Amino acid sequence: MRNSINRLGVFLAVGLGLSIVNAMAEDTSILVQSTTSTANSGLYHYMLPKLDGETGIKVNVVAVGTGQAIKNAMNCDADVLLVHAKPAEEKFVLDGYGVKRYDLMYNDFVIVGPESDPAGVSGMGDVKAALTKIAESGSAFASRGDDSGTHKKEKSLWAAANIDPEEGSGGWYKSTGSGMGATLNTGIGMGAYVMTDRATWISFKNKSDYKIAVEGDKALFNQYGVILVNSEKCPDVKVEAGNTFINWLISEQGQEVIGSYKVDDQQLFFPNAGQENM
Amino acid sequence: MLERPLHLKMSGAGGRSADAGVSTRVSDASRHPLEARALSYAADGKLLIDSIDLSFAPEGISVMMGYNGAGKSLLLRLLHGMIEPSSGRVLWSGEPVTEEVRRQQAMVFQKPVLLRRTVLANIEFVLKSRGLKDPQQARRVIERVGLSDLANRPARLLSGGEQQRLALGRALALNPRILFLDEATASLDPASMLAIEEIVRQARDSGHKIVMVTHNIGQAKRLADEIIFIHDGRITEQGSADAFFENPASREAQAYRDGVILTHENTGELNA
Amino acid sequence: MQDFAQSFSLALMHIVTLDPDLIEIVGLSLQVSLSATVISCLIGLPVGAFVAVTRFPGRSALIVCMNALMGLPPVVVGLFVYLQLSRAGPLGFLGLLYTPTAMIIAQSILITPIAGALSRQVLEDLHKEYREQFSSLVLSTAAQIRALIWDGRYSLITVALAAFGRSVAEVGAVIIVGGNIDHLTRVMTTAIALETSKGDLTLAMSLGLILLFIALGINALVSTFRLTASRYGYA
Repeated sequence: MRNSINRLGVFLAVGLGLSIVNAMAEDTSILVQSTTSTANSGLYHYMLPKLDGETGIKVNVVAVGTGQAIKNAMNCDADVLLVHAKPAEEKFVLDGYGVKRYDLMYNDFVIVGPESDPAGVSGMGDVKAALTKIAESGSAFASRGDDSGTHKKEKSLWAAANIDPEEGSGGWYKSTGSGMGATLNTGIGMGAYVMTDRATWISFKNKSDYKIAVEGDKALFNQYGVILVNSEKCPDVKVEAGNTFINWLISEQGQEVIGSYKVDDQQLFFPNAGQENM
Repeated sequence: MLERPLHLKMSGAGGRSADAGVSTRVSDASRHPLEARALSYAADGKLLIDSIDLSFAPEGISVMMGYNGAGKSLLLRLLHGMIEPSSGRVLWSGEPVTEEVRRQQAMVFQKPVLLRRTVLANIEFVLKSRGLKDPQQARRVIERVGLSDLANRPARLLSGGEQQRLALGRALALNPRILFLDEATASLDPASMLAIEEIVRQARDSGHKIVMVTHNIGQAKRLADEIIFIHDGRITEQGSADAFFENPASREAQAYRDGVILTHENTGELNA
Repeated sequence: MQDFAQSFSLALMHIVTLDPDLIEIVGLSLQVSLSATVISCLIGLPVGAFVAVTRFPGRSALIVCMNALMGLPPVVVGLFVYLQLSRAGPLGFLGLLYTPTAMIIAQSILITPIAGALSRQVLEDLHKEYREQFSSLVLSTAAQIRALIWDGRYSLITVALAAFGRSVAEVGAVIIVGGNIDHLTRVMTTAIALETSKGDLTLAMSLGLILLFIALGINALVSTFRLTASRYGYA
């Protein structure tokens, strides 16, 4: 028995040792905590090989909700943060976790709903009015409920419409507590309206009879930002490689690559680095 | 130490064993080093072994007999140190039995428990447990019990008789100073039984002390140098085999020897 | 039903064309889960064997605990390991989070109770059979454990298989500590979760079918092995 334990110890030690060596060897690889929409829409898949070709930097992406991405970055489990919840991002920088926040690109949120359109919101351009109609008609609405960027946005829209959807929670308001894709799957499964970013929606493959019901309101604007994690808080941050990545993203070349990504002939992200917000 | 006149009822001398017919304990040199003193074992409030004092003739085959439930197998396990007595002691040369001493003993059970390995590997396993690694020794043991042709067969595919021969070989491989056999031939056909008996006899002749439990009176007559009769957790008599079969002293022993009782015994065996 | 047929043919296509991405994912799945299985057996088997052959105060309570731990939720294990391996955690300096090693650690923790509890059961049954013989031979506990593990090896392979099955099928732990990073920590189950979240249910299902094929293959292999063993009276 002691033998086996010894053997196990050696095994683990070798395993750990190898991993440490690995981690040190890959100085040009960085870890990005990212929102899911950029990953699920295939943007990284399209963009990263071009980045690698030009800068030699290998990017590892962990795609989680914005809320969790920020928390993970605060635990120093990231070199770069790429999310879409500007107030939270600014707080992240202000609290010293991030070096500087850069606007990167934008798209917009839309509310998708079933063909039958039980709340009668199809074609509306005023999101406050649409949400009010959904709540008043008691039509099912599926929310992320996961503190993600999309969820934060959705909550702010309800607040602007002066509705507390939590009162309908468990009834018409379904808080799924999961990612964008899972929430879409769930919402579509039960005929509920869902608020989603346009990129995820366009690249989503299980649309059933769902269509975009509400779009075009300025309040639905969705800004993505990118932040280098502060090496003063997290000494292991790969500053050089992280900066190279961010600089490439906001460079003319990087912005062009982002703008050229299309799914079904539709542009998913609109680069706006260095520009004033809309 | 209190000398109890335990074996008083012995009939006259004439046994093959040197000590047969001796009714009280004599000096240590004339007895086998293993002995029990005031040995008792109780379970669920029932006294199964009742204050037994016992020692054996130094050589030869001692056979324990008695009805089912008399406590023979239990006594064997107590003597072998497999279970702890409720009171009393088992001694070796007057000292408490140590693990080292227990390693010089061996036991064969009614149902052989063989490892899921080859015949050879079963022997090698026990040799290795004693720190013996001579590869030829296992071969010699297998030859001794007539299993050389089956050395590389999985032990569990052997016939019942072959399995028991292997179990006996495994016990003898330990070169024990005392070998316990607990109804080792009870479930074997006559030929297999005789084969086992032959090995046991050879072991005796090469100096192994043997203590065995059997219900087979014919076997006891063929093998026993000494008979120990147990009834209700007590030893009611101990003496030479000839004396026992010719003229058992106790009523129980007489009854046990009786053919009718033999049938009763067999029935009991089937029910067990 | 049509979806399923589609998934099936898609799965076959992936397999037949030896899609390199798929091979990478399958390879990592096997690497992670087999490593975790080996580690869980190295720990769980001796512990299970020790509990099977010895008697000590609190043994029954320990057995209840081991059995209960078989139901550890993968997400909880993932979170626990994340908190340890996070840069902010006590083992953060190792830099293991979001590596296959982290996934192996999480899965090992998840399935070691399975290896321990099931081997305890298997070996205790075997020990019941061997106990008197072992007692007569005056074997040390260590020698008994070695003999039981060796003699129970064919039953223990089934135990290892159960542990492997649990680890290769779980997603909750590996997605938290691995991060589902493309070409680095993406395994079958996290890939399935990803494709599901992209709404590509056909692809997700076809990956699930491939996972099933792999499990079937491994089980068939082991069954053949055991069958041979039982023919020799070893099982």
